Amino acid sequence: MCYCAGLLAGSRKLCYVEPAVRCSSVGFESFDQSPKIDQKLDKKEENVISANNIALEINKKRKQPRRQPKEWRCLDSCCWIIGYLCTTWWLLLFLYHCLPITLLQVPELPGVRLKREGLTALHPVVLVPGIVTGGLELWEGRPCADGLFRKRLWGGSFTEIFKRYLKPLCWSEHLSLHNETGLDPPGIRVRAVRGLVAADYFAPGYFVWAVLIQNLAKIGYEGKNLHVVAYDWRLSFQNTEIRDHALSRLKSKIELMYITNGYKKVVVVPHSMGVIYFLHFLKWVETPPPMGGGGGPGWCAKHIKAIMNIGPAYLGVPKAVSSIFSAEGKDVAYIRAMAPGILDSEILGLQTLEHVMRVSRTWDSIVSLLPKGGETIWGNMDRSPEGGHVCDFSKKRLSQPSPSDNNVNNSDVKRGFRVKDPVKYGRIISFGKAASVLHSSQLPTFDSKEFSRTNALQNLKFSCGEAWTEYDEMSRESIQKVAANKAYTTRTLFDLLRFVAPKMMQRAEAHFSHGIADNLDDPKYSHYKYWSNPLEMKLPDAPDMEIYCLYGVGIPTERSYVYRLSPISRCKSIPYQIDSSVHGEDDSCLKGGVYFADGDDSVPVLSAGFMCAKGWRGRTRFNPSGIATYIREYRHKPPASLLEGRGIESGAHVDIMGNVALIKDILRIAAGATGKEIGGDRIHSDILRMSERINILL
Amino acid sequence: MPLLRRRKVTDSSKSTNSESTIDKQDDKKNQSKRFRRESYSSEKWSCWDSCCWFIGFICSMWWFLLFLYNTMPASIPQYVTEAITGHLPDPPGVKLRKEGLTVNHPVVFVPGIVTGGLELWEGHQCADGLFRKRLWGGSFGELYKRPLCWAEHMSLDNETGLDPPGIRVRPVSGLVAADYFAAGYFVWAVLIANLAQIGYEEKTMYMAAYDWRLSFQNTEVRDQTLSRIKSNIELMVATNGGKKVVVIPHSMGVLYFLHFMKWVEAPAPMGGGGGSDWCAKHIKAVMNIGAPFLGVPKSVSGLFSIEARDIAIARAFAPGFLDKDVFGLQTFQHLMRMTRTWDSTMSMIPKGGDTIWGGLDWSPEGGSFKCSAKKLKKNSTHNTGQNANSNLDDMKSVNYGRIISFGKDVAEAHSSKIERVDFRDTVKGDKLANSSNCDIWIEYHEMDNDSIKAVADYKVYTAGSILDLLHFVAPKLMARGGAHFSYGIADNLDDPKYEHFKYWSNPLETKLPNAPDMEIYSMYGVGIPTERAYVYKLITAVDCYIPFQIDTSSEGGSEDSCLKGGVFSADGDETVPVLSAGFMCAKGWRGKTRFNPSGIRTYIREYNHAPPANLLEGRGTQSGAHVDIMGNFALIEDIIRVAAGATSEDLGGDRVYSDIFKWSDRINLQL
Repeated sequence: MCYCAGLLAGSRKLCYVEPAVRCSSVGFESFDQSPKIDQKLDKKEENVISANNIALEINKKRKQPRRQPKEWRCLDSCCWIIGYLCTTWWLLLFLYHCLPITLLQVPELPGVRLKREGLTALHPVVLVPGIVTGGLELWEGRPCADGLFRKRLWGGSFTEIFKRYLKPLCWSEHLSLHNETGLDPPGIRVRAVRGLVAADYFAPGYFVWAVLIQNLAKIGYEGKNLHVVAYDWRLSFQNTEIRDHALSRLKSKIELMYITNGYKKVVVVPHSMGVIYFLHFLKWVETPPPMGGGGGPGWCAKHIKAIMNIGPAYLGVPKAVSSIFSAEGKDVAYIRAMAPGILDSEILGLQTLEHVMRVSRTWDSIVSLLPKGGETIWGNMDRSPEGGHVCDFSKKRLSQPSPSDNNVNNSDVKRGFRVKDPVKYGRIISFGKAASVLHSSQLPTFDSKEFSRTNALQNLKFSCGEAWTEYDEMSRESIQKVAANKAYTTRTLFDLLRFVAPKMMQRAEAHFSHGIADNLDDPKYSHYKYWSNPLEMKLPDAPDMEIYCLYGVGIPTERSYVYRLSPISRCKSIPYQIDSSVHGEDDSCLKGGVYFADGDDSVPVLSAGFMCAKGWRGRTRFNPSGIATYIREYRHKPPASLLEGRGIESGAHVDIMGNVALIKDILRIAAGATGKEIGGDRIHSDILRMSERINILL
Repeated sequence: MPLLRRRKVTDSSKSTNSESTIDKQDDKKNQSKRFRRESYSSEKWSCWDSCCWFIGFICSMWWFLLFLYNTMPASIPQYVTEAITGHLPDPPGVKLRKEGLTVNHPVVFVPGIVTGGLELWEGHQCADGLFRKRLWGGSFGELYKRPLCWAEHMSLDNETGLDPPGIRVRPVSGLVAADYFAAGYFVWAVLIANLAQIGYEEKTMYMAAYDWRLSFQNTEVRDQTLSRIKSNIELMVATNGGKKVVVIPHSMGVLYFLHFMKWVEAPAPMGGGGGSDWCAKHIKAVMNIGAPFLGVPKSVSGLFSIEARDIAIARAFAPGFLDKDVFGLQTFQHLMRMTRTWDSTMSMIPKGGDTIWGGLDWSPEGGSFKCSAKKLKKNSTHNTGQNANSNLDDMKSVNYGRIISFGKDVAEAHSSKIERVDFRDTVKGDKLANSSNCDIWIEYHEMDNDSIKAVADYKVYTAGSILDLLHFVAPKLMARGGAHFSYGIADNLDDPKYEHFKYWSNPLETKLPNAPDMEIYSMYGVGIPTERAYVYKLITAVDCYIPFQIDTSSEGGSEDSCLKGGVFSADGDETVPVLSAGFMCAKGWRGKTRFNPSGIRTYIREYNHAPPANLLEGRGTQSGAHVDIMGNFALIEDIIRVAAGATSEDLGGDRVYSDIFKWSDRINLQL
């Protein structure tokens, strides 16, 4: 502090000296300016010389006084800058707070508008969050997590990851589940956060349900008729009941809300994975006690008015494949998005992806998102329901009108070409671009027995010490063998996954099934592992219920992948990578090793819409009581300006929860409208045509 | 171009002077230039920049320290604490886990008044952007930012006792509702953490959060809170293998749960329709912490002149300028107006009248409580003589029965010597003319000077006449409250009128449910002087002011008198006198009585207050204070043992330090 005081004093001295000097110089100058101008040329040279001399002198002199400040330049200008920034920041913050709220008025909330129309809370609303968006908190942990009791490990600000006690490794250890049971590892209890806070914001400022909740509140919803289902999204669905009684709690909550709100049925709004979680609940609640909730047939008919699925992942998402295969899915690996740079960098030795894979492979719930329905739904080697999908996405659409005239021939040719040779979406994983394009006859035929044979030889292990991922237990030959098979469809995909992740698939396949039922009356389908697969369960007998599929369209969505063997072949690394160097032509569906199809950024239209468009439409074997289904699609429109934040017309998987049209639909239904009243289907995509191409027994 | 021309001018000017002058001048000019340049930067530096520098310096230091603090291993603070205070005992949860206790019975917490959080769901313009933000609890940020708006939103409707139009403030739900009241001020957090040690988590713990501003029945009417509690308890019993729940109410939550137990068994339109054996089937034990079964005298002063601490905890936030109206804030009046809309405050008016709380010349506590017990205990060996004296003094002087007396002399005089003028007959005149400009509504403004004087002239109020007094000074409030609460003693409990919900929270007008296996514990702190009776004074009416105030100038004669600052203290936990907390378990419900027909076993567990030894202990692990007791290790241990399956015998039955049994004997109540 002494030092600082000295500096202050020094600067003040300079400050005092200065005015006097300035005065004198000004005086001189004013005096100088009056005399004649004629002799200027004579003196010019002299002046120049003297100026030079003086300049030298000055340079010398300048160095002296500068030396003193130099000492405080390094540290103090840092301080200065920080102080300056802080002050400016505070000032701006202060000004921002002083601003009248009206100045920053955002467009009127849809809830307010609808309230004026006379809508009020009628049916209780249950929100079911999806994967990753729900918060998790610590109840019991290892010593490294001391002091984090009831603090959020997942969701919230994620500050705990960087906090003192919790090194990232400790964090990932606590988020992992037990390798064999899929439940808590010994000594660790991480539980879902309860209440609305569980999923209103995922991280500060990143809303999930908050906007919808706010709009619901505007028309009169509050704690007694609004409930967020909190479940541990890492667990398989039946395990949430076994460990936390989450399904029982949901049942009791719905019954309570039904009674306390004057016997009004509830409107359920599940999102993403919550959709299949709730599907599981529908079956669970009507099944008799040991395995189910014992609500008896008719429970759903009695308690549920409508299920409004947002971005439903009914038939799974291809993303889940890549995330299990190489931890590279976007939705599942939100973690990755938070630190994109360092992921692949070797220098830091972080091996983030490996850690992500290690953690996420203990989560059974991811398996629930693997594509369901096999080749019938997702297409085989040469055919896919999306067929000749035109991959000109939003950017292209905007710029098309002007150059289209010039390129008529060119683009026509291209388009013709594409129609002739459509993208082979059916090949969810192909090794190398060629394998994804060539006709199936040119590819080696796949033999699933091959894997089982290699399984026996698997004993050969690397000496990598502790095995992190199951890849560490695979021999190099088997890794090569996987790549040699070139292309995998949804049918062969499961053999592949069982091969590369045997433990996980064995654990999770006791909880989930991905096929299509031939005969739904087969007693085996009363097992809970079929409950979350819409193709292997019957909807409950509730003819008055309504099922909505609300999802965004118009965003390129991952549909299939081009893989390559990872160039890094050391211990504890993932041997496969999405081949991000592979690009198609300009407006091709292939970009960075990923084939895109229409969807909402996470769920392809096919998965979101098929059940509502065809599988359950009318009276089918999956929907024996003829529950009405509606499709509501929302075309994606990126936010017009920064002020709009994540947009009020977004169609993206999570951002759609802020979509005004969607919110309005939900509010209207909650206030008592029926599907007909809000306008029935609203379709922008090719979902009906795609569904037609799917040949499934109904 | 202008630059060039200027240069020429100066050049030419120089030519007129001699070489030396030119040199000098140039030198000077340059020097001046140099100086100017130098000083130009330094001038800016000095005023504005050193500020910046200073702020930056402080910020960086702060961050640096913060960083150091964060990187410090977690064990250091504990190590330091242990070095100073010696080895800390294990928290009870850890200790009991080592003994092998695990989760057994689900646990339900019922928070008390003021400790539960409230959040905004719908508000007026001024509360924009506060959607689902806490108005009560948490940091109380809004109280500072916009106090008037805050008070407006915290108030309830004057007549219905429900939401005012356009405002919806709702209780926070979940454990967060009352784990911490404000940042760092724990309420349930310590207990929760200790229960978690033996394996409890949210499926076995439930916080029965309710809007503590409402009357108990209104929480059901507006929010269906009672139904929700019923459904949750049923769910927890069902999902935990039929294990009955252990209920832990605190403070007003005790009365709330009493209400619940009657409600749940009452038939459907008014009650929960659970049937007459619901409690027997679902509840193992009710462990009341700091139970104000018979009300607290504090609530009287709170209603009379808003001067009680627990109810108006908000007052503690700005103690300095409360009494002065310098800022024109009229904080008191706003608070009074706000708290008077809260029906729940009326649930804690002393119940049982003179029978329980004492008449003009007698009180159950008599003179047996040594008001300065702690001090005396320490040097009791020195001056036993003085001790006896002071005891004698107290015995003579303290008339606890007189809950409000006007003037110290009145408080101490024998009843026959007090001249009283009955106030009840005073006809209320028109309200004061000059009070019409008071924009704040309190009912005192509707009283004229005569009525105010009449109140003071009655001199002494006992628990029975307190009710008349409150009816007189706050008719609307009491009319609203009268529909929800009752304060008497039932003569005949089988009278069908007692089926009305307004009697449910009064233990003297209800029967306990028919659940012979249930256990009721009353756990409370003792050894802290607790407000029991007040000395008031009349202050000359200033506009818009509350005309009565506690006479803080009246002090007891000796140093260890029970009268301090206009308040007579008795033994208790700082808020609830022992009498109120213990009587029902000590006598009213002990054995088979008419209030407890099925003979539910009752136990008293008292915890002698020991203040924290030093600052490092925070609020102490042996505290007996009303809220701090929730961190009392002995109490937590008792709770955990019961939750893990122990019965009262395992705990050791009663644990009594105070004279509660003696006092209860003096109360002449038909059982």
